[in-house]
Amino acid sequence: MTNNVYLINALRFLLLVLAQVLVFNKLNFMGFINPMIYILFLYWYPIKQRRGVFILISFLLGFTIDVFSDTLAFHTIACITMAYLRPAIMRFVFGVNFEFQSFKLTNTTKAQQITFLAFLIIGHHTIFFLLEIFSLDHLLLLLKKIVFTSIGSLLLCVLITSLFSAEKE
Amino acid sequence: MQQIINFILRNKTTLLYLFLLLVGMSLSIQSHSYHRARFFNSANWVSGSIYNTESNITDYFDLREENNKLVEENTKLRSLLFNDEVKEIASQELDSFTFQIIPAKIIKNSYSLRNNYITINKGSRDGLEQDMGVITSQGILGIVEHTTTKFAAVQSLLNTKSNINAKIKNTNNFGSLKWDTNRFDVVQLEDIPRMVPLNIGDTIVTGAMSSIFPENIPIGTIKKFDLTTSQSFYNIEVALFNDMTNIKQVYIIRNENAAEIRSLEEKISNDQ
Repeated sequence: MTNNVYLINALRFLLLVLAQVLVFNKLNFMGFINPMIYILFLYWYPIKQRRGVFILISFLLGFTIDVFSDTLAFHTIACITMAYLRPAIMRFVFGVNFEFQSFKLTNTTKAQQITFLAFLIIGHHTIFFLLEIFSLDHLLLLLKKIVFTSIGSLLLCVLITSLFSAEKE
Repeated sequence: MQQIINFILRNKTTLLYLFLLLVGMSLSIQSHSYHRARFFNSANWVSGSIYNTESNITDYFDLREENNKLVEENTKLRSLLFNDEVKEIASQELDSFTFQIIPAKIIKNSYSLRNNYITINKGSRDGLEQDMGVITSQGILGIVEHTTTKFAAVQSLLNTKSNINAKIKNTNNFGSLKWDTNRFDVVQLEDIPRMVPLNIGDTIVTGAMSSIFPENIPIGTIKKFDLTTSQSFYNIEVALFNDMTNIKQVYIIRNENAAEIRSLEEKISNDQ
């Protein structure tokens, strides 16, 4: 059973990276919107695993995406920050519930799931584009990129989660 | 001592996070200093071969368009050949030219970031080195920044680090070509003095002040110009000939004299 968890996560890692670099990095919808769907890894990752391992894996995930898209360490920094903040976000979205042993992501309401995902995405994108643009001279460009890319990512992530929600029991 | 260990154990997640953050920061700072040998880019063999496989599959979709482009370029070259008096060019040994041309294919392109890189499917085993120029049939594209055995990462014109010598066609007024990250079809030409007569639609070509590109390779046309705040230089917006979103076939220019020119320049800067 535990093996199964590792296998699923490894497979998810691989597929999300490939989908991100081969498909979604090339969308350039309206010239600049490239949704980042690999954040779903942070969303799906089991809650009760050790946090240190989780942050390390997020580092690896961000780094892989960075190497592929020549944006060295922007994705990495955004990714580990979100991995580090994830428990705090979950406590905010799900309340104290998530501390219980019986807590499962699939048992929460749709609205809560989407809010959680939205927090992850907005946080990630804000850090990513702040680092990428790295100046407040282009504040409007920065806001435009954050807002529209976040909307794109959120839409696609919600679509993908509902497509692969077979785990629901 | 006990307390220190306790503190580390209690905050191990935070410390791990801070450590990884530091690693990330140093990686990005290192990759932003120009010309530092960099291993982690999309030209390494893992990402290179994945992009190559993908390109092998998707190439078929735009074969027709690519063919049309090649025929167009061939037509242009043929007409140049027939109308000029260089009859014996076809019989000349290709090796004797100063500029060697190496064809390559783009396997990964980006244009929506601030520092864009293009990955191509030729590397050091095909004779590519750092600081070689990359052009397409329409105009210049960028400069080779890193090579591995089979792949190379090209710093695109659409990169804040890009700085290319350019001039106005048929004059000798040169400036440097940069990018302000706003639009992927417009770059900026700086340092042209205000006494130079300019017109919208004038062609911008590469200048002679570089060992990377030969002179007179087209870049784009003047779209708009105004004076800088100091009123002595122009700020020129250049609309690129290349459609940066849709390129496949590129040519790398190898200047046989580049090493010689560079060593000469080094000698001068050492003497000073």
